[in-house]
Parts: sequence; C-alpha cells; structure tokens
Amino acid sequence: MDLSLLLPLLVPAMPFAAFLILAIVPPIRRTGRGAGALSIAAIAVSFVAAVIVWHSGFVGERTWGWIPADGGPIATVGVMVDPISNAMLVLVTLVSLLVQIYSLAYLSDERPGALGRYYTYQSLFVFSMLGLVLAPGFLQMFVFWELVGLCSYLLIGFWYDRPAAARAAVKAFWITKLGDLGFIIGIVLLWSATGTFEFSELFERAEANTLAVPGLAVIMFLIYLGAVGKSAQFPLHVWLPDAMEGPTPVSALIHAATMVTAGVFLVTRAEPLFALVPEVMAVIAWVGAFTALLAATMACVEGDIKRVLAYSTVSQLGYMMAAAGAGATPAGFLHLLTHGLFKALLFLAAGAVIHAVGTNDMFRMGGLFRAMPHTAIVFLIGTLALAGVPPLAGFYSKEAVLGGVWEAHLTGPFLMLALTALLTAFYMFRAVFLTFFGRAHAGGHPHEAPWLMRGPLWLLAVLTVVAGIRLALSGAEAHEATPGWLPPFSVGLALLGFVLALAMYQRGVIDPARVARALAPLDYLARRRYGLDALYAGLYRGLILGFARVIGWIDRYFVDGILNALTALTLRAGDSLRHIQTGRAQDYVYGVAFGVLLLFVWAQLWRR
Amino acid sequence: MIGLSSYLVLAALVFSIGLFGVLTRRNAVGILLGIELMLNAVNINLVAFARFHGDLTGLIFTLFTIAITVVEVAVGLAIVIAIFRVRRTVDADRLDLLRG
Repeated sequence: MDLSLLLPLLVPAMPFAAFLILAIVPPIRRTGRGAGALSIAAIAVSFVAAVIVWHSGFVGERTWGWIPADGGPIATVGVMVDPISNAMLVLVTLVSLLVQIYSLAYLSDERPGALGRYYTYQSLFVFSMLGLVLAPGFLQMFVFWELVGLCSYLLIGFWYDRPAAARAAVKAFWITKLGDLGFIIGIVLLWSATGTFEFSELFERAEANTLAVPGLAVIMFLIYLGAVGKSAQFPLHVWLPDAMEGPTPVSALIHAATMVTAGVFLVTRAEPLFALVPEVMAVIAWVGAFTALLAATMACVEGDIKRVLAYSTVSQLGYMMAAAGAGATPAGFLHLLTHGLFKALLFLAAGAVIHAVGTNDMFRMGGLFRAMPHTAIVFLIGTLALAGVPPLAGFYSKEAVLGGVWEAHLTGPFLMLALTALLTAFYMFRAVFLTFFGRAHAGGHPHEAPWLMRGPLWLLAVLTVVAGIRLALSGAEAHEATPGWLPPFSVGLALLGFVLALAMYQRGVIDPARVARALAPLDYLARRRYGLDALYAGLYRGLILGFARVIGWIDRYFVDGILNALTALTLRAGDSLRHIQTGRAQDYVYGVAFGVLLLFVWAQLWRR
Repeated sequence: MIGLSSYLVLAALVFSIGLFGVLTRRNAVGILLGIELMLNAVNINLVAFARFHGDLTGLIFTLFTIAITVVEVAVGLAIVIAIFRVRRTVDADRLDLLRG
C-alpha cells in the first residue's frame, strides 16, 4: 500500500489507538494528565499526517469488503480521500489538538480519574469524526455518525452528577436520534433501489443520469433529516443550546467546530445526489435560512455567553445549509471551515472568561478587557470574523454564501440571511460590550488564563486572520460571479449591527429595555425560544405519556385480563374434575372394565 | 364328547365371577380371591386350547402362571397384612389415600 492511502488510514488510527489504550488500561487512564498527554500525542501525529495528506492533495479510495453475501459483499469499509475530506481532516485534527491542549488547563481541577475519562471520550470522538469524514459509503458514514452522537452524549453529560447536564445529554441524544431515524430509512431505501451504499458508484450513476430511482426526492429528504438533527436545523435545533451544559472545550470542539457540521458535510458529500432533486434542495435552502434567522433572534436576548455562541452556531449552520440548498456547496463548505476556526476560537475564549469569573451570565461580567487583554483581543478577532468584517475569514465565506443564494434566485432566503448577518453583528458585539467593556462588576479577581489556554487561542486567532488573507489573495477571481454590490452590502450590514450594539450596550444612547418593549411580541417569543421547547415538552407529556398510559391500561386490563380468565377457568375446571379421582382401587377397576367393554362393542359394531 | 366351546364358556364364567368379586368385594382378601379366580379362568383357557390343538406350549405356560400366581398371592397377602397393621382395617372403601 502506498503512502497516499497509508497516511489517511493513520489519521483516524492514532486517536483510536489512544482510545483503546485509555479504555482498556485503567491505570493509565487514572493518571489524568498522563492520559491527556497520551491523547494529545496521538492527535498531534494525526494532525501532522492530515496536513501532509492535505498539502499533497491526495485523492483516492481504498475499500475492503464488509457484510459478505452471495453476490459479493453488501457494503464496504475503507477510506476515501478527496479535497473535501482532506480539508475536513485538517480542521478536525487541528481543532481537536488545540482543544485537548486547552482542556489540560481548563479541567485541571478535575479528579485524575474524571480527566482520564474525558480524554478517553475525546479520543473516541476524534476517531469517530475522522471515520465519518473518510467514509466511502453511506453505511460506514452512518456507523460513525452514530458514534459521534454517542460521544456527544457522553461529553455533554461529562458532569453527570449535575441534573441539568444529564438532562441535556439525554435530550441531545434523543432529538438527534429522531433525525437519524430518517437518515437510516433513507439509506436503506436508497440501497434497496440502487443496490449500493458506495458514494463513487452512486455519483457515477448520478452524473451519467442513470440513477432513475422512483421516489428519489423522498429518499433524499429522509437522508437530509439526519442532517437536520445533527446540524441543529429547525425544528430539531433545540438540543444544541442545552448541550452547553458540557465543559466549554467540548462545546468548542463538538458543538461548534466539528460534529454539528457533520450534517453540512453530509449534504456537501452527497451533493451530486441532492442536485437531482431540486425540490429537496429548495427545502434545504429555506429551512437553513429560516433556522439562521430564528436562532439569531434568540441569540439577541440570551444572557448566557455560551448560549449566545450556541445560538450563533445554529444560525451559522443555517447559513451553510442555505448555501448547500442553493447549490453553492463550495461556499457552504468554505463557511464550514472558516466557521470551525473562529467559532472554536470564540468558545475557547468564552471558556477562559468563564474560568476567570466563574459565571456564564454576561450581565454579571463587564470591564474584563483590563483584567484579561489577551482573551479580549482574540474574542474580538473571532467576533469580527463572525460578523463578517474583511479581511477576516468569515467575511469571504459569508459573502460567498450570500452570493450563492442570490445567484440561485432565492430572494426569500437571501433576505432572511441578510437580516441574520445584521443580527449576527449585533448580538456578537452585544456580547463583547457586556463582557469586556462597560462597568466592571464586583466580586472575584478575574485573571488572565494560563498559557496552556492562551496558546491555542492565539493560534486560532492567527489562523483566522491568515485564512482570511489567503482567501482575500486567492478569492478575487473565484467569486467574480457574485454581484459587485454584495461585499459593501454585507459589510454595511455588519457595521449597522455594530453601531446598534454600540448605541444600546456601550454608549447607552438607546435603552435596551425600550427596544424590548417596542418589539414586545418578538421579545416575548424569543425569550421563550418560540415555545418550541415547551411544545416538545408538552408533546412528550401529553402525547407520548398519554399513549403510554393507554397502552398500559390495555396491557393491564385487556391482555392480562384474558390470561387471568384463562387461569381462573383452568383452576375451576381442575377443581371440579378432581372428584373423579376417588382414591378407591375398585373404582379404577370399574373404569378399566367399562373401557374394555366399550372396546368390545366398538370392535363388534364398527370394525366390520 | 365335550367340545372346546364348553371349556371356553366355563372359563368366561369363572372370569366373570372373579371380576364381579374384584369389583364388589370390600374386603381386600376377597379382592385377592377374585383376582385368583380370574387367573384360573385364563389357565382353563390355556389348558383347553393346548388339549384341542395338541400343543404342549399351553400346558407349560399354565405351569408358569400357577407359580406366578402363588408368588402374587404371597406378596398380596403380605401387603394386606402390612396395611392392616397400620390402618387396623382392610376395607377397600376406606383405603382411599389417593383421593383427589
């Protein structure tokens, strides 16, 4: 096997080896920091291998047969490397590496056993995510898809003795499972119609226009449902804000940079198939844009800094999905990569702030710029990138998304996304002003985070800037298709959002409370998350529990009733029949004699 | 000349008397006597067939039956005595421990 396949195999193999060692050898796991060092070393090797793979631009596929059947194996496992998976490999390993280093400092107060458990889960997650990215077929992708879901559950519930965290973990698990149900039904339907799980074969047939499958739109919609759950699209986005109960590095890695983008990755990967069904594409675009707007409004009223970032993640995932739905898959994927960088940066910086002040509530922060200038500067860089200010990475990818949606003549989604861009700048600068500027609140002595945490932050900040400059240098000719008025338009929106936030939360020109009163119905709805959580809870309590109660009644009184009647009947019959047994030997002899007599009669009358 | 059927009728009569005794006697010893009669009815049959078919097998079989009958009576009476020692009665109607 040559290097171009050995290296891509090595990338997921290293974290898997780390996971196996940590899982099987408890003494190593219980060392805590030792376990972390092992995991970090493994992921560092993976990162180097991923960079080599990406830099060399390997393209290829190597599969092994799986699930043997009469007519050859039904499915295969293996690795498929192409530009999409190469870029994802680098993003996943890079963010994982930085997050794991950061976690050493962030979780330094944990018991060694818990820290070892944390790194075990982290290694498993990285392996699963890399396996998902490299999957050459839908089946392997689904297996790893579920594995990352499991890791997400385990890591959200890392502090499992907190009821809120345990609830959030279960909620995330069930809601994403709802989408996965559609995903697997879609995969199996597609397989029964085409007889293959393999991407390469499906894409070839899609390009040759020989993929005439009845009901392809339904199948692709079901597969898209998996992406809805995983990538927190409306109406299954409710789990992501709750997932912030996990440790902040976990939020940065799994619930911002990598796992939640799996849905976008799926749509990007299966783009040739989705392209065959324009109606599903339209649904993806509309739902994506709507999700972006909805989440942005909720982020504007949120007081918890991590939840602001969580809603912002939902919103940006909507951006990516809208781009994918508009047929601008490269733009969506580019936004995925840049967003992965600066959202990880924002989360880790928010983690540093939380670590310093010991609260998530932004209204109890303020004036932190002086206490922790490093964190403030990198957070500001992340904010500028997210708001879409040139020449940072977010500007180019966001503009590409907007351009792609405009080119696809989707005016409705375009307007929603434009409004979202305005709101994004607004709520991000609101967070900045509330956290780092303004009046300092008493209590505690906020301090700058240790270098183990600041290092990854600066690295991500530098990468955000560098990626933006690279895009600025190379992107000039790539985006000439977009209308010329778009860049000033999107920068103008970002500026407007910035000015609004400045006026409301820094200068005090506009009173936020008066704005809230003016937009009372919207404010009311957004603060209550548009009633979706309540709706789901009500559905759960009313519908599912009611149904369970009905089933329980039927089981107790109908099914059990039949059995009880049968047993009572048997008892009654046995009770009356036992009197036949008199215990007197002579009665039995009577029986025998009478039987013999009957046999004689039978022989005489019927045997003729 | 007495024919075969006469013997068979005799045997049937003896068997029926024995069966009647087994069914109606309340005394365990009486029941044993009834069984004895039934066995001897069989012996009559065997001897009669041996005689009329000129085959000795029936006679030899009868010898075995008589020997076994003796053993059976010995065991049966032993059981009756054992029961009498425990229950102070050999009335079959009152020996109904296996009643359901």
